[in-house]
Amino acid sequence: MKMTGAQIILECLKREGVKHIFGYPGGAVIDIYDELTRTPEIKHYLVRHEQAAVHAADGYARAADKVGVALVTSGPGATNTVTGIASAYMDSIPIVVFTGQVPTALIGNDAFQEVDIVGITRPCTKHNYLVTDIKHLARTIHEAFYIARSGRPGPVLVDLPKNVQQAKIEPEFPQEIKIKSYNPTLHANPRQVKRALETILEAERPVLYTGGGIIHSNAAEELTKFAEALQIPVTSTLMGLGGFPGVHPLWLGMLGMHGTYCANMAVAQSDVLIAVGARFDDRVTGRLDAFAPRATVIHIDVDPSSISKNVVVHIPIVGDCKDALHQLNNLLKKEEPKDWGQLRQGWLEQIREWNRKHPLRYKKSKEVIKPQFVVEKLWEVTQGEAYITTEVGQNQMWAAQFYKFTKPRRLMTSGGLGAMGYGFPAAMGVQVAKPDAIVIDIAGDGSILMNIQELTTVVENNLPVKIAILNNNYLGMVRQWQQLMYERRYSATDLSAQPDFVKVAEAFGAVGLRATRPEEVEPVIRKAMETPRPVIMDFVVDREECVLPMVPPGKATHEMLLA
Amino acid sequence: MGNDKNVRRHTISVWVDNQPGVLSRVTGLFSGRGFNIESLCVAETMDPEVSRITLVTTGDEQIVEQIIKQLRKLINTIKVVDLCELDHVEREMALVTVKAEDKSRAEVLRIADIFRCRVVDVSPSTYTLEITGTHEKLGAVLSLLKGHGILDVVRSGSLAIQRAKKD
Repeated sequence: MKMTGAQIILECLKREGVKHIFGYPGGAVIDIYDELTRTPEIKHYLVRHEQAAVHAADGYARAADKVGVALVTSGPGATNTVTGIASAYMDSIPIVVFTGQVPTALIGNDAFQEVDIVGITRPCTKHNYLVTDIKHLARTIHEAFYIARSGRPGPVLVDLPKNVQQAKIEPEFPQEIKIKSYNPTLHANPRQVKRALETILEAERPVLYTGGGIIHSNAAEELTKFAEALQIPVTSTLMGLGGFPGVHPLWLGMLGMHGTYCANMAVAQSDVLIAVGARFDDRVTGRLDAFAPRATVIHIDVDPSSISKNVVVHIPIVGDCKDALHQLNNLLKKEEPKDWGQLRQGWLEQIREWNRKHPLRYKKSKEVIKPQFVVEKLWEVTQGEAYITTEVGQNQMWAAQFYKFTKPRRLMTSGGLGAMGYGFPAAMGVQVAKPDAIVIDIAGDGSILMNIQELTTVVENNLPVKIAILNNNYLGMVRQWQQLMYERRYSATDLSAQPDFVKVAEAFGAVGLRATRPEEVEPVIRKAMETPRPVIMDFVVDREECVLPMVPPGKATHEMLLA
Repeated sequence: MGNDKNVRRHTISVWVDNQPGVLSRVTGLFSGRGFNIESLCVAETMDPEVSRITLVTTGDEQIVEQIIKQLRKLINTIKVVDLCELDHVEREMALVTVKAEDKSRAEVLRIADIFRCRVVDVSPSTYTLEITGTHEKLGAVLSLLKGHGILDVVRSGSLAIQRAKKD
């Protein structure tokens, strides 16, 4: 039976198990949208800006552990996806973005709503395609999904000219995808794993430094098992939070620029640093020559190009984090059992000492709401069970510091790109993936305005996302840098001109709540959680609160400013 | 981690899918990550679905390692070989039009002869020579011809191939 390109596209989505897509129609994808009316298996969520479609697909992918899908039109529809794609690329999130394109005969003619989106997104996608012939359509789409989710995951864009959507063909759907030039190494080399274990067993001050790879490869259990077996303390990047329980006695807290004192000190003093699914980002390492200077570095990562990119690695292990940790755990069983609790006593006591000296803390107040207090209360009221998304800046760091993530896939944040406007649409995607869960976007008053239009989407679809705005009337993180490094010249960071967020919520048909005093925080949170509708909680917080500790840019991690 | 003393020239062979856009993925990677390309040659292999790129870059060991890893990471890349790790032959070609009048006419031919250049075009006042050889040889010829007046010159990038095993 002959099928149109549009039919083939939706058939491929069904075959990939896609149930939800986020998108925005336009002239160049009208055929696909038409076909959607005859495809009840796939629910489409109409966003109000294409950037939100991609962030929503990203949030969905993280929460559901599936490939997220966005569908947009050509030209501006396509260019609006770029921030979302770049964010997913930096954070290794599997999504497939379909863009409409002008008919192949018009490509290159500067046609209406034509843009070379494949050219534009080449450096921020894992791979991308322009389908110029309907013969290649089905195969290309399945390849896109395969590439997005395998190896180090990432976004893949498929550009679909209008005439390809309209053409007809007897399609062939590939049963299996194999790409000659793409074979990610998943199984870690056992010899390297053995070498790593030998080194770890000799270590006196080992530290596990884990990242988003733990989450992507679902390695949290293997990680906890390994850390507990050898009593190795664990720190994590922003992307890895939830990969190890945030309430565990071996938990050091996040490391890096706004990491805990004990995490940064432990890494600085470690003799063996075991990096798992992390990539030695500059926000983690601070000044490179002072990062873990005495450590033998073991690095497990599925992406060989992450290894020895920023820091010289002594024992590289290319492979899936879960596979490598599983092998380590298995090898460990064959070792003579030792009392690691006893052997590790000194090192763990040193860490506790650092933590006692400079714990994560803030000055409590009875008069003004401290933003950290709001996050602590959110954690308390939700008993740590909520799905948290964040915007970018202070809100993101306070969420990372004070919401003690105990499970993987509970934090969605634009970690690598740091895209303001990520959190709310991502929360939408999470809520679609987890309809019964509590989903909270911890936001700032700057970031939330970057995708506020999505209130319409959540109201329309009855997605009861909660937004907690830590409202300090500032672009807080930039203001903090200006305070600490630019002698308080608050250039363009004062956001005193802002809408009444309660009225904004109401105008969109959502619920708006506000707290201006500390004692109002908990009642507002409780009320929001009990409301089965989208809610904005506007927390009017201490204006000049800073995120601390802080490693100033270009400084060594032990040179941090403390609270 | 940059280390100036280990900076050297590397000739890298990259086999890629012969498809539109692939070359731009390769060059985009270099510009986007701040790696440099000194020269680049690309053409189809015996298998028309595969192209072979020969590129020359400079960097310390760590940078070149990163370049190779990033090249391998491209979905369309089939194979990457750093020929500097292997026994290999390398050639470049140049076409050069050189002023050759009166006395210098014989001298230009002499230089061409010494370096085994071929005369591919002649006019009453010029010779156009085809020179092949290593990067260094081309440099030497061109600097000798410079004295006679080079009117036009075009150089290819390096081509390189691994030497066959002799046993």
